[in-house]
Formats: sequence, C-alpha cells, structure tokens
Amino acid sequence: MSWCRFLRRARWDQERREEIESYVQMESDDNIARGMPPDDARAAARRKFGNPTRVQEEIYRMNTITFLDTLVRDLRYALRMLARSPMFTAAALLTLALGIGGSTAIFGVIDSILIRPLAYPHSEALVGVWHTAPGLKGLGENLECTPSMYFTYREGNRTFQQFGVWNSNGASVTGTAEPELPRALFVTYGVLDALDVQPLLGRWFSQEDDTPGSAETVILTYGYWHRRFAGDRFIVGRTLTINATPHTVIGVMPREFRFQRDPELILPQRFDRTKVYLGDFSYQGIARLKPGVTMAQANADVARMLGIWLTAWAPTPGFDFTVFKNARLGPKVQPLSQEIVGDVGATLWVVMGTLILVLLIACANVANLLLVRGEGRQQELAIRAALGAGWGRIAREMLLESMMLGVLGGAAGLGLAFAGLRILVAKGPATLPRLGEIGIDPWVLAFALGVSLLSGALFGVIPVWKYAGPRVANALRGVGRTFSQGRERHRARNVLVVVQVALALVLLVCSGLMIRTFQHLRNLRPGFAQPEQIQILHSMAPQAIADQPERVMRMHNEILDKLAALPGVTSVGFANAAPLESFLSPNNPIYAQDKPLAKGQIPATRRFRMTAPGFFKTMGTRIVAGRDFTWTDLYEKRHVAMVSENLARGLWGDANAALGKRIRVGNSDAWREVVGVVEDVYDNGMQVKPPEIAYWPAMMDGWLFGGEHGFVTGFGMYAIRSNRAGTENLLKEVRQVIWSMNGRQPVFLVSTLKELYDQSMERTSFTLVMLAIAGGMALLLGIVGIYGVIAYAVSQRTREIGIRIAVGAQPAGLSRMFVRQGLQLAGVGAACGLAAAAGLTRLMSALLFGVTALDPVTYAAVSALLILAAALASYLPARRAAAVDPVEALRVE
Amino acid sequence: MLQGTLDMLILQTLVLGAAHGHTIAHAIERGSEDVLQIEHGSLYPALHRLEDRRWIASFWGTSENNRKAKYYRLTPAGRKQLLAQTTRWDEVVRAIGRILKPAAE
Repeated sequence: MSWCRFLRRARWDQERREEIESYVQMESDDNIARGMPPDDARAAARRKFGNPTRVQEEIYRMNTITFLDTLVRDLRYALRMLARSPMFTAAALLTLALGIGGSTAIFGVIDSILIRPLAYPHSEALVGVWHTAPGLKGLGENLECTPSMYFTYREGNRTFQQFGVWNSNGASVTGTAEPELPRALFVTYGVLDALDVQPLLGRWFSQEDDTPGSAETVILTYGYWHRRFAGDRFIVGRTLTINATPHTVIGVMPREFRFQRDPELILPQRFDRTKVYLGDFSYQGIARLKPGVTMAQANADVARMLGIWLTAWAPTPGFDFTVFKNARLGPKVQPLSQEIVGDVGATLWVVMGTLILVLLIACANVANLLLVRGEGRQQELAIRAALGAGWGRIAREMLLESMMLGVLGGAAGLGLAFAGLRILVAKGPATLPRLGEIGIDPWVLAFALGVSLLSGALFGVIPVWKYAGPRVANALRGVGRTFSQGRERHRARNVLVVVQVALALVLLVCSGLMIRTFQHLRNLRPGFAQPEQIQILHSMAPQAIADQPERVMRMHNEILDKLAALPGVTSVGFANAAPLESFLSPNNPIYAQDKPLAKGQIPATRRFRMTAPGFFKTMGTRIVAGRDFTWTDLYEKRHVAMVSENLARGLWGDANAALGKRIRVGNSDAWREVVGVVEDVYDNGMQVKPPEIAYWPAMMDGWLFGGEHGFVTGFGMYAIRSNRAGTENLLKEVRQVIWSMNGRQPVFLVSTLKELYDQSMERTSFTLVMLAIAGGMALLLGIVGIYGVIAYAVSQRTREIGIRIAVGAQPAGLSRMFVRQGLQLAGVGAACGLAAAAGLTRLMSALLFGVTALDPVTYAAVSALLILAAALASYLPARRAAAVDPVEALRVE
Repeated sequence: MLQGTLDMLILQTLVLGAAHGHTIAHAIERGSEDVLQIEHGSLYPALHRLEDRRWIASFWGTSENNRKAKYYRLTPAGRKQLLAQTTRWDEVVRAIGRILKPAAE
C-alpha cells in the first residue's frame, strides 16, 4: 500500500472506471460482431464483467489505509460532538489552557535557562576557571584568578585551547553630551577567542591590545552601538574618551553576543608582567577546552600549574609567602553554564512542579466534566453498541474526543504561554540569568504538544474505562430516571474531587509557606530605616585630583553640604557603596591586636565599608555603642574604625567590649581603635545572614590600598534622605550640585534604597507570585470540582428529594445532607493533601527563610481556608435541593 | 479457482507481450479451452494488485478496434515471480499427482 495512492484515490478511482468502461465497450463490440443487437450486446458484456461497483470498491479498499480513513472520520465526529455542547467545551478548554499554558511557560523558562546550551559555538567546551582554598577562612569555596595566574595558565596549560581572564566594572565615557558610566567588560586576550563569537564589524583584541603601552582600543556591544551611535557602520576607527583617555573603536559585537552582567563596552585588560604578584584574586578565568579534554583532566592540569605558579611569582608586598602556601589552593574548573545559571534551578523546578500539579488538577476537573457528559451519553452509547459498534471503536472515539480537547486546550495554552513569557521577560526578576534569551523554541512546542496529548489521554481514559467497557450494553436497562442513583456510579467522580482537593491543598501550603517567608523577611530589620526615603547615586572625583586625598575629601564634603541644603533633605551621607551593593564592596582580612595569630596564618575576611560622618544617621542604622566618625577624624587621619555588632560579638563577645580595641588590615598597617559599633546590616540580601562589616573613615593615612599619599574614597555613593527621594526633580537638583563640584563626572547607579531592597527580595517575590498564582488556580479549580459534583448530585436526585420532602423531610436537613457530602470529600482530600504536603514541601526548603517546611500555622490556615471554601461550594447547590418543589419533582417523569 | 493461480495465469498471459484487460480475460478463457471460467471483473483487482507489487506495469494505448485501453506488460520482477510460481506449481502438481495415482514400482 502506498501513501501516494492513498492520497490520490479519487484519480485512481476515475482511471479504474475508464478501464472498466473500456472493457465493456470492447466486449460489446465483440458481441455486435457476433451479430447481437447493440442493446443486448452491451447487457451481455456487463453480465460477463460482473458487478463493477464491487470491483471498484475492492480496488478502492486496496488503496486505503483503513486506520487513517476512519481516524479522519472520527476526528470530524469528535469536533461535531464538541461543537454541540459549547458550554462544556468552553469550560474544559479554559481549564486546560490555564493548566497547559502555565506549565508550558515555565518549561519555556527552564528550557532557555537550564537546558538550552549557552549562546556560544560548542558552548559545552567552555569552562570557568576557579579555585578552592581550604586554608583561607571565609573565602575558601570560590576563589577567582590572579593576574599572575593569567600568565602561568596562558603559557603553561596543556588542556586549554584558549584561556583568558575578565572582570566587569564601570568605565566613564566623557566628552559626549551626557557623561555616563556604561557597564564595561575588561578582558585579556583569549576571552573573546574562547567564546568564539565573531565581531559584526572590525576585529577582536589581539595580543598586542592588552600589552601595556600600546594604543588604547575598545569594542562596542550591539546595544550600546545602536543607542549611542545609531548603528553607524563607519564607527570602527573613531575615538571615544573612556576614563579620560582616548580609545580607538576596533570592533562591534553582533546582536546575539551575550555575557554576564550584560556589558556595553569591552576593553582590554592589561597586566604589566613586571608588576604582578601572587595575590589579587579578582579576575574570573574562562577557557575553552581542547577537544576531548574532560573536566577531570582540566582540573588536574590546573592543579599541576598551581604548583608552578606558587614558586614562579613573588608574594604581594605586605604578605608573607606562607600565607599563599597555607591557603592550599586547589583547582575548580566547572562548566561555564553552571557559573552563569547558578542556583536558580531549585526555584524553577519548584515552580514547574507546582504548575504540573495545577495541570493535574485541571485534568481531574476535565475528567469530571467528561464523566458527567458520559452519564448523559450513556443511552446514545448503548444504542450504538446495540447496533453493532465494537466497544473498542466506541472507546477510541471517546478517547479521540478527549485528545482533541487536549490539543485544542494546548493550542490555547500555548497562546497563554507566549503572552506569559513576554510579560516575564519584560517584568521578570533581573537576577534571573539569561532572561533575554527566554522564548518559545521547537522544544517548548514539542513539550506543549506532548503535555496536551498526555493530558488528553489521562483525563480521557477515565470515562472510557467507565462507560465504554464491554458492559456498555447493560446500560440500556438502567437509563432514564426510573431508578435512584447507585452509589457506585459516583465513585469515580468522588475520587477525582478528592484528588483535586488534595493537590490544591499541597499548592496552597507551598504558597502559604512562601507568604510566611516573605512576611518573615519583611519583618526583619534590614539594618536601615525607611529605605523609600533614601536616594542613592554614585559619582567620582575627577582624574586630575585623584592623587590628592584632601582635595577629594573636601570636594565630597562640599557636595554633601550643598546636598543637605536642598529643600526637603533631612540628612546626607557618603560611603564607597550603599547597603545591598555587595558587588561594590571589598572583602579583606582583619587583624585584631588582642588576638595574635601563628605565623603564616591569616584571619577571617570581613566586608569593608568606607564612610564619612552622617552615613549611619542617613541610612537609619542604629549605633549600638560608641560614636560615629567625625570630620575631624577624617581630616586629621586619626586611627579610628567602627565595626558591626556581629563582628564585635564574634571577636570580643559583646558590643561594648569592642570599644577601645584595636584592629588593622595587613601586617604592616597601623592599629586603629574601634570607636563605635553599629547594628548588623543585611548587606548580601535579606535571605543571607548579615555579613560582619568593618567600617573605615573615607580618608585615611598610609594603608594597604592607599598610595604614597594615603587613601581616599574617590569613587563613591551619596545618600540623601528626603521625602522627595526618587523624584526627577530632586535628581535634577542633585546632579547639578554634583556636576558643579566635580567637573561633570558621570552620575550612575541611581536608585532609592527601597529599590535595592526590593531587588534583593526579587527571587523570593517572583517565586511567591508564581506559587500564589498556582495556588489560586488550584483553589479555584478545586472549588469548581466540588461545586460540580454536588450540583450534579442534587440534579440527579431531584426525584428522591421530592419524595423525601413529600414524606416530611425538612428542607434545612436536606441541604445539610449535601453540604455534609461536600465536606466529607473535602475532608478526605485535605487529609491526603496534608500528608502529601508534609512530604513534598521539604523539596522547597531551600527557598524558605525563618519558617520550617512543616510550619503548623500555614498548614492549619490553609486547611481551614480549603474547608471553608468547600463548605461554600457545596452550600450553593445544596440550597437548590432545599428549594425543590415535591409536586414538580415527581411530575418530571 | 485456486487462490493465487489467477495471478500466475495473468503473468503467463503477459509473457507473450503487452495486453489490455479484455484480451487477458479472453486469453485465459481460450487458453484453458473454456475450462476455467472467470468473472472478467475479478481480473481488475488482480491486475491492480500485481501492479502494486510492481510485477506488471501499465500504460494507456489504443486497442485494435480503436478504443482507448489500458495495457499491461510484464516487468523483470514479474518475470522472475512467474518463474518461481510456475516452478512451485509444478512441484505441487507433481506431489498431488503422486498421492492420487501412486506410480507402479
């Protein structure tokens, strides 16, 4: 049997007819030749041939793929049946569209973020090169590369095809209408080569570009090129003033080029080989492995090179060689995708799991609807069976109808998913990696189709099993309303409702736990107050005075004075970074004078923050003991420091005990006296334990990071507490003040502290919103399920109710009977759900803070909510039972 | 008629050259000296089946008395098939013959 014959049956049929006709004519010709009259001759010819219709049919059948033929017919029939009950179809489709749409959308997200390879050629060969350092307290897990490692790895490796290091930072662009600070990516030679994304215009960096002293060059990314230069094709060769130095544009990256933190400019990272030491772990390594090299081989190679590296370079001045030796550096080469995607997987899988549960509930609901319909169609099915339809055929038809529902619902769901993803990409948490890559690809389409068919089969098989079995013929007897409803006929629907309620409870518990987590985070004192009133913006001192700390400090001081004088401003502060800007905050070891260490040991690392007087007052950070810095402390470069409460407790047991103690940075720095202790600040986000922080004056004398003239925070953050925070008006005035003082340096990272605070909770609130949507849908579907079952039971038992009322039953008692039935179902469902939730919520414990997965309040509240909703859902139809008029009910027959 | 024999007879008829349905039907009847009476219509599904198996090929032509007719001819595969079938047929006939009339030793 061939497909092309099947598809061109009509033509074949025509040809066959012609052939038969030709036979009949020839035979009649012969008969006429033998002397018959023409009419008889033709009749005889036909007799001789036999039955032409039968012959044609036989050939037609030979050309037919029977299964497909009937399939098309059944599909048409199924569509007709669906169209005939539009209310049912609409309800089922809506339910399915929500269920399938939700899970498809989240699958789309998971596909883009977790499954689809990174947008680089052969991205599986790309790795991030990190280190472990079990000997370094607090830094041990993820140590980056140092400049010296760049040279050692680049020259000594055996497993990398390409290797380079990068880091991202701001780079000021001046000399244009509006000075600005685009996100810049600093890369050594080898990074772009490893990524292997060809530039759209111009070229990559060559080895010469990252040699100190050669001409300064820059590569633009597509977005920046379009925004600032309107996609000028002749941009290559033009100059741009970056960090006060002219840079020649040598290339533009294509639109599809992506990198961490979404850079706008790419600049060469230059290391002076003669001035690099063992230290400065602040560059991320990236490599492309040679073909066939495994992760284990790469790790072994890095371990080997670490041995060479340790002896090849001098220790950083101020540090002892033993520090590096005792750090016990080890390799940690890992797939780049892991580095980019991070820990978002847990959140996404939880959300996906909940949406699958919603889909299951939706399937249960549709199965319930189908059962009700099956009940109504029993007579039709019985008659068809009596007329000789095989039960297999009937089952196939019913299943086909369900699959059709599934596919149509899936198509609608795909539309929803598409819209949902558009919203997600626009409004989703910026911390979601690869957000811009999210979309619908063939995998997502396949997923949607698979889920549609699967759910169609899932909810379709229940009514089939119930109504299309070999017993179908028996149904003829029981049809009509002559009989009361058998208990057994309700069982399937009851089970479905119980399942729905149980699943809904699980989802509600999940969202309840997230709500409690959120509440907990909201109730935590973050270490600052009324963040919505705090305006934050960053700027810097001009390059010309950068090496004159006093002038820089005076400039900041004057800016602060002028800002404080602006209308509506209650206080102002200055620091190197605001709370929650941990990416701008250095971490370094601190020595305490009264805690001597063995030689070669280094103490634990602490976060550093450089502040000017008024910072804590502006932030609303309480001073627990002692006092704030004064301007005199700064200008006289007094040896003072402040610490966070947890640091004080950790070192000396108590906040007050810290006052008067002395701390310093590095081995050679001067000891500085702790003059104040402030409350803990959740600097790494609300979900993370507040870090221990050491606060230093924004200007100090000779210090580890300072030059020969001492140290000053040139590049810093102004905080302004005002009820006008966040308004364009205030910002305009603030910009004018700053630009009048610092020669129009870029102003950047402008936001209110409240925005930073919300961002830090973004992932939690994203999960919360997703789970709340899922929980809400589940509750709604569960209620609809209960309502449907009770309403149907009432309608089926109208006669029985009529009799009961006629013999004296009280209407109130009757509705109670139905409410009780609904509550029984809900109760059983809730009990199953509680057990399931206790087991399943453990999977989401990574997302919970300040609340356990078995939080009794959540469980109790959710159960109560569900039972209440179930009572309401049963009461509405039950009221109808009480209103039955016995005369009417009995006259129905 | 025995199952499968019609196919063989059609193939055998076409050994002599291409022919249309009417000719084939009469050729089989005449060749068997009218012992084998076939309903001429049943020939056509058989022709269709043989063509489907690519043992015969067809083309439209004009008959001896100027009627449009569909002609069939043997393909190499059909020729091979005919040989196999006739060999098999001979064996069966001989075997049945031996059983019905055992040869005197």
